[in-house]
Amino acid sequence: MEHYYQPEIECASREQIRTWQDERLAGTVKRVYENVEFYRNKMDEAKVKPEDIHSVDDLHKLPFLTKDDLRDAYPYGLLAAPLSECVRIQSTSGTTGRRVVAFYTQHDIDLWEECCARAIAAAGGTNEDVVHVCYGYGLFTGGPGLNGGSHKVGALTLPMSSGNTERQIQFMCDLGSTILCCTPSYAAYLAESIWERGLQDKIKLKAGIFGAEAWTEEMRHDIEEKLGIRAYDIYGLTEISGPGVSFECSDQSGMHINEDHFIAEVINPKTGEVLPDGEKGELVFTSITKEAFPLIRYRTRDICILSHEKCSCGRTHVKMTKPLGRSDDMLIVKGVNVFPSQIETVLLNQGYPANYQIIVDRKQNSDTIEVQVEMTQEMFSDNAGIVAGREKKLVDALKAMLGIYVKVKLVNPKAITRSEGKAVRVIDRRNLYQG
Amino acid sequence: MTVKQISVFVENKAGKLAELTEYLHQHEIDMRALSIAETQDFGIVRVIVDDPYKTSCILKEAGYAVSITPVLAVEMPDEPGSLNHILKALGDEDISLEYMYAFLTRKAATAYMVLRVEDNEKAAEVLKRKGIHTVSHDVIAGM
Repeated sequence: MEHYYQPEIECASREQIRTWQDERLAGTVKRVYENVEFYRNKMDEAKVKPEDIHSVDDLHKLPFLTKDDLRDAYPYGLLAAPLSECVRIQSTSGTTGRRVVAFYTQHDIDLWEECCARAIAAAGGTNEDVVHVCYGYGLFTGGPGLNGGSHKVGALTLPMSSGNTERQIQFMCDLGSTILCCTPSYAAYLAESIWERGLQDKIKLKAGIFGAEAWTEEMRHDIEEKLGIRAYDIYGLTEISGPGVSFECSDQSGMHINEDHFIAEVINPKTGEVLPDGEKGELVFTSITKEAFPLIRYRTRDICILSHEKCSCGRTHVKMTKPLGRSDDMLIVKGVNVFPSQIETVLLNQGYPANYQIIVDRKQNSDTIEVQVEMTQEMFSDNAGIVAGREKKLVDALKAMLGIYVKVKLVNPKAITRSEGKAVRVIDRRNLYQG
Repeated sequence: MTVKQISVFVENKAGKLAELTEYLHQHEIDMRALSIAETQDFGIVRVIVDDPYKTSCILKEAGYAVSITPVLAVEMPDEPGSLNHILKALGDEDISLEYMYAFLTRKAATAYMVLRVEDNEKAAEVLKRKGIHTVSHDVIAGM
């Protein structure tokens, strides 16, 4: 039997959803125009007034918002509520240069957690369950989001956070975790570790909610089989709230977008033209219930397809495919956002040339990232210790910038092919994007 | 008196060393001594050649990272205890070695040691006092 957290919303008629969206959109646009100079300027520039926005049909009149806008507005430029009403911030994984800080009022937190609760319910979660959260806690939205969602469902929540696999497995066995929440690659790693220890019969998992990075159907089958569970995808981004913007149901054929909170559009990334259902394009979100940090037509850079086809689960909210790619050069490695430009900045700061290549791979279900860097006359020394020391310094600087370990491989000067046009900076061997 | 050592960065990958020696061969560079320091990913090839400037130019042109380092080349009798004698002399004066390697030539009963220290002058001075000779690059080149 299908579980819902808020069936009256999740299975509402399309007309009802549309009414909510029209009302909330008009209200949000009016509010940001009045309260946020940034939006006011942007709308004035585009010659749109709040009075022009009556319904979702008018959405296309509004200008887009990009990640660069968010960075320019850092930290308070897009804040739409008084700071005194805000109770939380969360931040994106990029640590330097690309920092984006999102604000939440208590009401925002409640709605976000409700979205996560819907995802947990869709995975079969009830107050009888033990929800094992090993997403990172802290500025990253993964841990806090699923943690809050689990509370709302009334499940016993294990705020494990990431790492310490021994302890994860021990708690899983001792406390009978039934729903696992983490990145798909960590789930695959846990599954292997459980089998290595011969503990597969000691675990009581029935479902997993895995997000924050791309994963394939093969990986889903692998995890489902090894852990004896159903594995559900979940999607979200910090800018919009965090995980739970959309989630998979029992049909496992795409993720239902919580349309009472977010209006989704798919656009042609080059022209900005809105595309119809079934066409592949860049996903754009407008949040219509957020108080502190509402985003209007935010370009996610994720490429996907929307579908309004009737779903066997009974939910009526539009479904999106897994992201099928990116319209920018952002990589997601171990759940962390990595921009090649960040790596370039570190290389230049450390005295290496900006000619480099990033090689991303997935080995034993775990992402690896290697940066090939050209040796120069200046960085070279006859002393191997000095060269290795500089290499280590570079590894440390990359770790400080990105928050993850990046393997550095020093190569001969000019060993990296210089292409005449756009340089091939990234080789992603993971083949994560299908379709 | 120092000799000019050529150090070259080489990726730790099959065939890379042969690429380097191919260049040396093409330009008829004659090697006197060779040593390699390796890490997991790369190696540093150190050579003493007949013509260090030519070698350095060729390799830089071929795209290698190259450095020329003045090092000491010490002559010693090819018999037990010679190296110990040298190392003791340096150790007693608190001179530390970054690395070293040995080579032989056609000159019978004589062995050579390349020493990399921080202060060549001081080390040469210390060795001289103990009756240990350092040789010039011209001597090496002429061997």
